[in-house]
Amino acid sequence: MNYYAIKAIYKFEMSRTWRTLLQSIVSPIISTSLYFVVFGSAIGSRIDEIDGIAYGSFIVPGLLMLSLLTQSIANASFGIFFPKFSGTIYEVLSAPVSSREIVLGYVGAATSKSLLVGVIILATAGLFVPLQIAHPFAMLFFLVMTCITFSLLGFIIGIWADNFEKLQLIPSLVVTPLVFLGGSFYSINMLPSFWQTVTLFNPVVYLISGFRWSFYGIADVNVGISIAMILFFLCLALFIVWRIFKTGYQLRK
Amino acid sequence: MPPVVSISKLNKIYDSGFHALKNINLDINSGEIIALLGPNGAGKTTLISIICGIVNASSGTIMVDGFDTQKEYRKTRGKIGLVPQELTSDAFSTVWNTVSFSRGLFGKEPNPAIIERVLKDLSLWDKKDNMMMTLSGGMKRRVLIAKALSHEPEILFLDEPTAGVDVELRKDMWRVINRLRDSGVTIILTTHYIEEAEEIADRIGIISNGEIILVEQKATLIKKLGKKTITLKLQDTLDHIPEDLNNYELELSSDRREIHYSFSTTTPDNNTQSSHVASLISTLNLNGIHFSDIDTKQSSLEEIFVELVSNNGDTNSKNAALQEQ
Repeated sequence: MNYYAIKAIYKFEMSRTWRTLLQSIVSPIISTSLYFVVFGSAIGSRIDEIDGIAYGSFIVPGLLMLSLLTQSIANASFGIFFPKFSGTIYEVLSAPVSSREIVLGYVGAATSKSLLVGVIILATAGLFVPLQIAHPFAMLFFLVMTCITFSLLGFIIGIWADNFEKLQLIPSLVVTPLVFLGGSFYSINMLPSFWQTVTLFNPVVYLISGFRWSFYGIADVNVGISIAMILFFLCLALFIVWRIFKTGYQLRK
Repeated sequence: MPPVVSISKLNKIYDSGFHALKNINLDINSGEIIALLGPNGAGKTTLISIICGIVNASSGTIMVDGFDTQKEYRKTRGKIGLVPQELTSDAFSTVWNTVSFSRGLFGKEPNPAIIERVLKDLSLWDKKDNMMMTLSGGMKRRVLIAKALSHEPEILFLDEPTAGVDVELRKDMWRVINRLRDSGVTIILTTHYIEEAEEIADRIGIISNGEIILVEQKATLIKKLGKKTITLKLQDTLDHIPEDLNNYELELSSDRREIHYSFSTTTPDNNTQSSHVASLISTLNLNGIHFSDIDTKQSSLEEIFVELVSNNGDTNSKNAALQEQ
């Protein structure tokens, strides 16, 4: 194992975070705070409790999941896309580094950044609404697994994208709508039965439901299914990454 | 001594169907500077990229210091440094950080003393805290060399190292390359500047249309494929070349004041050439043709190169002729 290479990539990626502190850390915190102000306080004050949870508190897991997903994808996709775009990827490809080490470096850094943002947002949420974490280990599990899985997805997007438009395509046109329609701001039990069935095809539902269960002990779907789903997504992402390196897709001609 | 890089039956066919490299066989000796000459699109960069692991080969094998580049890529890549053609760098990194990053990437423990030595050798020490985006093109090129040397490679690939740099900087770069060779590094450079190959290379390989046309010692190449032209400036104008000089295939200039005699330096050998020229001069004197000055010109590498790549049919026959010698 080339530990020095993993460390070099990891340090390089993390240094970009500190260099772009406003974009990397401050921006997602401000966005989430605005969600709390608008949905939690302004609109939330006119909405009854959901399953015995105040609306402002109810939306915390969903908002956190929204940030984790978007940050993980953005960090990882940009991390690998930019060397491809600028041409500096030649150095990584010509170095004695295995695909596993490359993934550990880039995805490890993206995961770390997302976790950092997640923890800060959670702390910020605590300033606006009362929080409780019923199952802290489960919460930690969902938090870490979501960051890893969606950083892997971001890594895949960064390799697939050959221009900046494609880089934004899946996060803005697929992931964000899925998060909004996945029960971030409502319980899917509030939907008509037909739409409840349709919503079950949205994979993000399982993540948000499981994550919310770890906070308040309430879930839209069985928590076991949520855990199975996140593990399935992780395996799927790992398989795609493995195939990318196996075939050299978009990396080695 | 076995070659440090040995390429055997290497082929590259891109997805588009373009056959970029055709059955390349090449051995590179330890400690030499070999220049791969060829026009744009000849396959030089593809060849380097495959050796370094950036591009996958379609078939063939490459051994670096006895190790297969596919099966034992960690060992082979660790021995190689690559300076790419494009000035690619992370604009926001400092010189020190980007060179240190390269060392880590190649699996070497941090060693500030080595980074310092490399930067000083390349006259970059006073720029170590500068961000890459503030450097000139020439300085960026040096940083790319520093990055390639940061893990102390035994083999250095330089892909058109002086493309787009001014004459002064080019000569400076040649000095750097010579210093590296003196320190024991094997250097493989691609270029389409004939002057560059002529100046610094020990051996020259010529690539055209994905094929290696020939590989020769620089001096031997010039000697074998070169032409020598003797120009005799006549004392008086000459109406026509006498019949008993027909064997020499002489050319009379349009102003009838010069005779040009061109002959291949491939054959005959030097002694025979001298006697041939002496015989010509004697025959001229016998015919009452006197000259006031004599000028000789050996064809340059550039002229050889142009001739080789512009005429594929002829090159094949010349290569065959070389093989026969």
